[in-house]
Amino acid sequence: MGFVGIETEYGIAVTGPEDVHPVRASALVVAAHRDLGGADVGWDYTEERPDRDARATPVRPEPPELTLGEAGTTNLVLTNGARLYVDHAHPEYATPECRSAADVVRWDVAGERILEAAARRAEQQLPDGSTVHVHKNNTDGKGAAYGTHENYLVDRSIPFGLLTRHLLAMFVSRVALVGAGRVGSEDDPALPFQLSQRADFFEVEVGLETTFRRPLMNTRDEPHADPDRFRRLHVINGDATLVEEATFVKVGSMLALLDAVASGGLPDPLELDDPVAAMRTLSHDPTLRATVATTDGRRLGALDLQEALLERCERALPAAGRDPATRAALDGWADLLVAARSGVDALFGRNDWATKLTLLEGFRDRHGLPPTHDRIRMVDLQYHDVRRDKGLYHRLVAAGRVARRTSEEEVVAAVDAAPEDTRAWFRGACVRRFPEAVVAAGWDSVVMDLGAERGLVRLPMPEPGLGTRALTQAAVEGAHDVTDLLRRLDVREELPGQLA
Amino acid sequence: MSTGGRRTERSGRSGRPEESAAQDVAGAAERPLLDDVDGLLDEIDAVLEDNAEEFVRGYVQKGGQ
Repeated sequence: MGFVGIETEYGIAVTGPEDVHPVRASALVVAAHRDLGGADVGWDYTEERPDRDARATPVRPEPPELTLGEAGTTNLVLTNGARLYVDHAHPEYATPECRSAADVVRWDVAGERILEAAARRAEQQLPDGSTVHVHKNNTDGKGAAYGTHENYLVDRSIPFGLLTRHLLAMFVSRVALVGAGRVGSEDDPALPFQLSQRADFFEVEVGLETTFRRPLMNTRDEPHADPDRFRRLHVINGDATLVEEATFVKVGSMLALLDAVASGGLPDPLELDDPVAAMRTLSHDPTLRATVATTDGRRLGALDLQEALLERCERALPAAGRDPATRAALDGWADLLVAARSGVDALFGRNDWATKLTLLEGFRDRHGLPPTHDRIRMVDLQYHDVRRDKGLYHRLVAAGRVARRTSEEEVVAAVDAAPEDTRAWFRGACVRRFPEAVVAAGWDSVVMDLGAERGLVRLPMPEPGLGTRALTQAAVEGAHDVTDLLRRLDVREELPGQLA
Repeated sequence: MSTGGRRTERSGRSGRPEESAAQDVAGAAERPLLDDVDGLLDEIDAVLEDNAEEFVRGYVQKGGQ
């Protein structure tokens, strides 16, 4: 399997005596993490090119310029290799690069703990009685949406159009397995419940934008890696998931499908007549009975589509050749599908929409409320609260009603330490060991200050699989300073900015 | 009828509550699970934001990607 990361924009709101703008609140949260001991290393923006489009002719990037980037407390690189920053008036946490679905679940949950602690700490900067509310969700129910994006590294040689054709049916139908659920709809305020937080916000099949006219398949072409060999697939249509099994299946099923596409062993893509409309149709039916038209003349439901995709993956990836992560991903996908076939009761505790729907219906019955009453919306919202003493998902975990895949010990460790098998390890280790000399870092670079004589040097890291603990630990831990570090890494100092 | 029947033999899950097999009844008129969630609903009532309606009405996000 490949490389994967998840970036999550969190909802944020402050209650109390003072009105606090969400941009300021987000900045306070990020600064609070730094104050809690997160290092003060900013982001290197040199290689950011969000406007590059996968459908255009590939262009070799300009030689990197040496720049301080926009270092500062609204944009941090963390010792676990993650990024914590303010994006569009939301605090955002991007996991380090991981090599498996299991790992990305762990580092994604670590992000929840970081936000929880930072939100609590940020309250100290505000008047008494202030509370900073942070939610891992995707909509305020009033027309605004914010994203949870999955990033998958894929082989550049796979045509983007082929990827699109194989993935659209997955994007549309996976809401039934891994949607987070929400009360109401952008199209129909009276809709009691739908499977996905994001479905209503997608308007086109393919496109470059992410904040309006959202496309199911985003064409952003910003690999943060060797652009001749790698593509970073930027998947924006998923929901933020709290139930760890749902996160695991969301990512694992995608990794398996991408491996299947890469294998060349898939038949012609399973395609839908109108993927955008289909996503809404399927999302709007929590009974999972709705069907949508395929281009080959059938009508299939969400679970039928998921089953078809799973079977195709299994055939394209023969059992004998599957590594443990692939086997786990396919098994997890199949297990959740079995539960889904049995109905919402079997899905309780296995994904967010079914867990949430059960709570909403119970609460509705107990209090005699109509399905879209504001108190019901509060249950929907508070399900996603990151505070473990208040968030309803967390209360369910505490009550033993929702299982976790991770232990709290390994999540706590992931707050500070990076995955060992990707370049995130080197990035995080540099931030930890040499915070004063690491001026900035990005996904594919570390900028170091070698002192008055040599000045700034940018170390490119175009290979997500290098910079691992195995390759770099000895150098990182043995070096006296960053000049020594670069020497130990066998880097040619006479070519600042073009270090291999 | 489920086309997923042949999958029920799969293993590979760990650490999850053991009740799912017993609930595997399609089309059941009752919702036994809802009785079990009474305790959870008690807790929701206890931890739910005071002034829930006000909070929800005031919850507005700028939106992002």
